[in-house]
Amino acid sequence: MELSAFELLSALFILVLAAFVGYEVVSKVPTMLHTPLMSGANAVHGVIVVGAMLVAATAGGPVAIILALLAVILGTINVVGGFVVTDRMLEMFKKRPGERR
Amino acid sequence: MDALQVLTYFVWLIAGVTFILALKFLASPSTARRGNQLGAAGMALVVLWTLITPNGTLGIAGNWWIIVVGGAIGAIVGWLGAKRVPMTAMPQMVAIFNGAGGGAAALVAMVEFLRDSELHPGELLPLAFVIATLLGAIIGSVSLTGSVVAFGKLQGLISGRPVKYPGSQIVTAAVFLAVVGIGIYLAAVSPSIPLFLLFVVLSLALGVQLTMPIGGADMPVVVSLLNSYTGIAVAATGFVLNNYALLIAGTLVGASGAILTQLMCKAMNRSIFNVLFAGFGTGGGAVAAGAEGEEQLREITADDAAVLMAYGKRVIIVPGYGMAVAQAQGPVRELMDLLVARGVDVQFAIHPVAGRMPGHMNVLLAEANVPYDRLKEMDEINDDFADTDVALIIGANDVVNPSAREEGSPISGMPILNVDQAHNIIVLKRGRGAGFAGIPNPLFSNEKTAMLFGDAKPSVEQLVAGVKQA
Repeated sequence: MELSAFELLSALFILVLAAFVGYEVVSKVPTMLHTPLMSGANAVHGVIVVGAMLVAATAGGPVAIILALLAVILGTINVVGGFVVTDRMLEMFKKRPGERR
Repeated sequence: MDALQVLTYFVWLIAGVTFILALKFLASPSTARRGNQLGAAGMALVVLWTLITPNGTLGIAGNWWIIVVGGAIGAIVGWLGAKRVPMTAMPQMVAIFNGAGGGAAALVAMVEFLRDSELHPGELLPLAFVIATLLGAIIGSVSLTGSVVAFGKLQGLISGRPVKYPGSQIVTAAVFLAVVGIGIYLAAVSPSIPLFLLFVVLSLALGVQLTMPIGGADMPVVVSLLNSYTGIAVAATGFVLNNYALLIAGTLVGASGAILTQLMCKAMNRSIFNVLFAGFGTGGGAVAAGAEGEEQLREITADDAAVLMAYGKRVIIVPGYGMAVAQAQGPVRELMDLLVARGVDVQFAIHPVAGRMPGHMNVLLAEANVPYDRLKEMDEINDDFADTDVALIIGANDVVNPSAREEGSPISGMPILNVDQAHNIIVLKRGRGAGFAGIPNPLFSNEKTAMLFGDAKPSVEQLVAGVKQA
């Protein structure tokens, strides 16, 4: 898995800029939404399921297949559970649209 | 670069933008749900795209059954877990989903490492690749076992008290140094597979070692931190796979989890180091020892308490975890409605760390249809207690503990609600024990305080009945 210097540098740029975006975006979330925020962010890192799918697609040998299968299972639990549970929490907030802040 | 690759980059870009918007829209309750759905849509897009272009070409992967079987199992488990969990158990549910993500990141890193060291036996792997892989493996593993311990503590499967044994910090440091040492060896000397497996096992042990000494009351902070760790592990994996969707999402969550952790610590007026290493909630401290059991607590009947509130001008309700456990939010709203109908001014005082997570009380009260404008944050309402007839505390303890204002208590310096300034204090409490943090509360023996013991739900229902008759 050889990456070119250009690819590494692009990835580094994305990493640093995304970190600043994450910091800025979350600084503005009010306390009462911190639990859904934690849960929502948790769902977003469920994107690891994509990584699991990519290694599963090319996995050879029983060990790699078992590990990849586990990775897909865990990743899917993370992404499906994360979004559904966040939606359940936010559904409650929606009943009365924000009167303050 | 062919057209398919260009499209792939665009899919990653769109997914990245929806993830950012999902977090951004959480800034207001009115847009939050839409944001989350947008994030889910972006996620579905990138997952479907990966499914039809697994090797950079259009088509279905040879191992498609792994993805289908694993995806089906994961989807069913995740869906059922998320739909069935009661609102009170939300923090541990988030912990376990987070652990799943961390585990997946560690497994992906493992598959990558094993494959590449088999492909090039005896050769050193490219440095950037190996560093990112090892980071993904260690951070993902710590997040997995740490989250499982946090789940156990929140669920009550493991003691909520800090679990420490003599020399535990030395063991933690030794494990950490061993992990770092093996990591350097794997990167610089030889990518040996047995050593790599030892590396993973030690990382898993590190997650347990780091989380066990932390008290149950601090678990939400730990969950938030582990959430951030999983984000970083996912970003490292994105680096390895050169996949920008993983890179953006992982970094975004890594950064946002870090700031959220910081905000939560700030609400308790403690540093992150204090949370992680101080073993808060050991129940120690001279002030604490054995005071409560011997003191006389004044009890009150539900009817008397109801009369006190019904004929008061202003009542402030302070909800805590006890209300959540008892699922008492419905009756609480009924109580509020009855009092408001009688012309009593009813407000809710929400401490930033009431319940098990910030915003926990807001979620529950919103579920019970309590209007937002009656929920006041601590700073907003703290000066009003002096002018309040009844402060009704429902299953809250540490957030109203006046010993936080004095030196020598484990919670010294934590901002608290000034309920002791109210004319009357009524405390609904399940039993006579100390709170979740294990610290006795002098508020309960205050001369203005009357206790109503029992599960919060029947207690509030009795208050409702009492107010109806009053």
